[in-house]
Amino acid sequence: MIRPGHLRKVGVSGRGLVVALPYLWLLLFFVVPFVIVLKISFSDIDLAIPPYKPLIEWIGKNSLAIKVNFNNYAFLFTDPLYIHAFLNSIKVAFISTLLCLIIGYPMAYGIARSTASTRNVLLLLVVLPFWTSLLLRVYAWIGLLKANGVINNVLIWFGVIHEPLTMLYTPFAMYVGIVYSYLPFLILPLYANLEKMDWQLLEAAEDLGCRPWQAFYKITLPLSRNGILAGSMLVFIPAVGEFVIPALLGGPNALMIGRVLWDEFFSNRAWPVASAVAILLLILLVPFMMWYQSVQARESAGAR
Amino acid sequence: MSKPAEPVKSTPWSDPTARPYVQIERVTKSFGDFKAVDDVSLNIYQGEIFCLLGASGCGKTTLLRMLGGFETPSSGRILIDGEDMTGVPPYERPVNMMFQSYALFPHMTVEQNVAFGLKQDRVPKTQIAERVATMLDLVKLGGFAKRKPHQLSGGQKQRVALARSLVKRPKLLLLDEPLGALDKKLREHTQFELIGLQDKLGVTFLVVTHDQEEAMTLASRIGVMDHGEIVQAGTPLEIYEFPSSKFVADFVGTVNIFEGKLIEDEPEHVRIGSDELGGTIFISHGISAAPEAMVWAAIRPEKIFMSTAPPPGTDNVVRGAVQDIAYLGDLSIYLVKLPTGKVVRVTQPNTSRHAEAITWEQQVYLSWDSSSPVVVTR
Repeated sequence: MIRPGHLRKVGVSGRGLVVALPYLWLLLFFVVPFVIVLKISFSDIDLAIPPYKPLIEWIGKNSLAIKVNFNNYAFLFTDPLYIHAFLNSIKVAFISTLLCLIIGYPMAYGIARSTASTRNVLLLLVVLPFWTSLLLRVYAWIGLLKANGVINNVLIWFGVIHEPLTMLYTPFAMYVGIVYSYLPFLILPLYANLEKMDWQLLEAAEDLGCRPWQAFYKITLPLSRNGILAGSMLVFIPAVGEFVIPALLGGPNALMIGRVLWDEFFSNRAWPVASAVAILLLILLVPFMMWYQSVQARESAGAR
Repeated sequence: MSKPAEPVKSTPWSDPTARPYVQIERVTKSFGDFKAVDDVSLNIYQGEIFCLLGASGCGKTTLLRMLGGFETPSSGRILIDGEDMTGVPPYERPVNMMFQSYALFPHMTVEQNVAFGLKQDRVPKTQIAERVATMLDLVKLGGFAKRKPHQLSGGQKQRVALARSLVKRPKLLLLDEPLGALDKKLREHTQFELIGLQDKLGVTFLVVTHDQEEAMTLASRIGVMDHGEIVQAGTPLEIYEFPSSKFVADFVGTVNIFEGKLIEDEPEHVRIGSDELGGTIFISHGISAAPEAMVWAAIRPEKIFMSTAPPPGTDNVVRGAVQDIAYLGDLSIYLVKLPTGKVVRVTQPNTSRHAEAITWEQQVYLSWDSSSPVVVTR
């Protein structure tokens, strides 16, 4: 039987264990896969299983050869497809974030200013979609948006339009899907920020001569900056690499980096190139993640 | 019957020709069935420091917020400098408010906080800088212009809030518990500074407070509020020495109240028989009360004399035993139990360091001047 005393003798304390667990988690599920992907990104493509050549190889009896191949990365910069896909992903993620902000800010504000009992109901409604799988919800949008789908039928029935609108497999459908799926990620941190707001500040601003919208612009908006940034990052970062929604709702022109990655990996079986894409995507997103972390740290420190 | 003698007045509120600066006319504010402010009429004159004094929930803050424009009266109207404020939003009123929580903008420096209202009014930049600097010097925060509110102490925050609300030179400044968040020493100090500042700037102040000491120090006049009504308005002296009701007498300061009936009702004097006292109270002036009506005689603790030897005369004297003593340094509080069971509070200044002290259980005589009791009928 292991008693705490025994563990302490070998230099393991309870506190140490608690701290070590998340690190162990990160090591197993982030660092190790990352190193594997990094390794593949530097290897040559091969018609074998797995479809790449080993990086480190024994040649002969006593010599170990390490062969690092930068061609995969060079290839990404020579073929305009990849640059284009990267830029397009950033554009789509940026526009989606902006749309989420425009829709989500008033919602978060409304929830934060409602009475305690209404607030709980509204928050529940925001979180409720998470109880169903994302895939199912995106499929539901196909049913809503397709040519003889719910929206078109209702519009025709009311006589607003005579021909069904082409919505499915367009950028519009893709944006609808992304904004719909990621909206809660923006609302929740923004709500958490606005909920801490001292509303008397708005009265003070009005007292000093601000109209309500001026008070919002000069007081509420700057004070909710951290909430806006945190929420936006939570939408932007995953939206850049989004694959499912563009694949299901976007048209063939919806060239997103996530989709390119999928194609390289499964259709072309070009694991090294796919890995290089994945590494570049990660490098691209690291600054945003670090920004998000610093915003979070500031937010929890309470300094504004 | 003649009224009790009242203090001499040389003040605008006793001058019927003086024009009131702030007129509150029959203002009522209801929240559902609850009347937070109930038919209040009040005139405030230019340059006054008027204190609304009352316990929490008495409606004083609601009245203040109606003056600021944050609440709309259910009925009645408010005029400031002759202008009807009905329908005028807060941002267009010639009124500023100092909030209880100070409500300083946390993302702005002290300077930006104070300049906020002036910028809003599109005052030229050079003027803003000048006025902000002058105001910050006035509240002794000249060196703190670049600090953020979270870098300030409670007292400094209070000054920033004051500077911010005064810099626009409002016709009326509303102060919601202005010193409530400060500790006792600082509060006393700030009270006098506030009076000095008001004197210098000539702005009319309306202060809301639950602290009677604060009200007494600051106010030119006090309005005591209870259940949405102003039960008495007058100078601190009037409120303290001539309370109009048991509630006011009890709320402002401490008081001994004896229930009784008029047994002698003459124009020049009255005599009240009180079972609670176990004797009669002789008062050297007439009062207006129905014969046989229940009346209450209120006597302040500092107006009761305590002695071990029987004082001359038989009126206004009662015997009791010292039950408890609280030594406060400058004065001592004695709780004296009368044979009837009633406990009377007496305060005596400790004028000598070596006085022969009255101790616990000692039999004492309590007496008071025949002009000291205040008789109230409600």
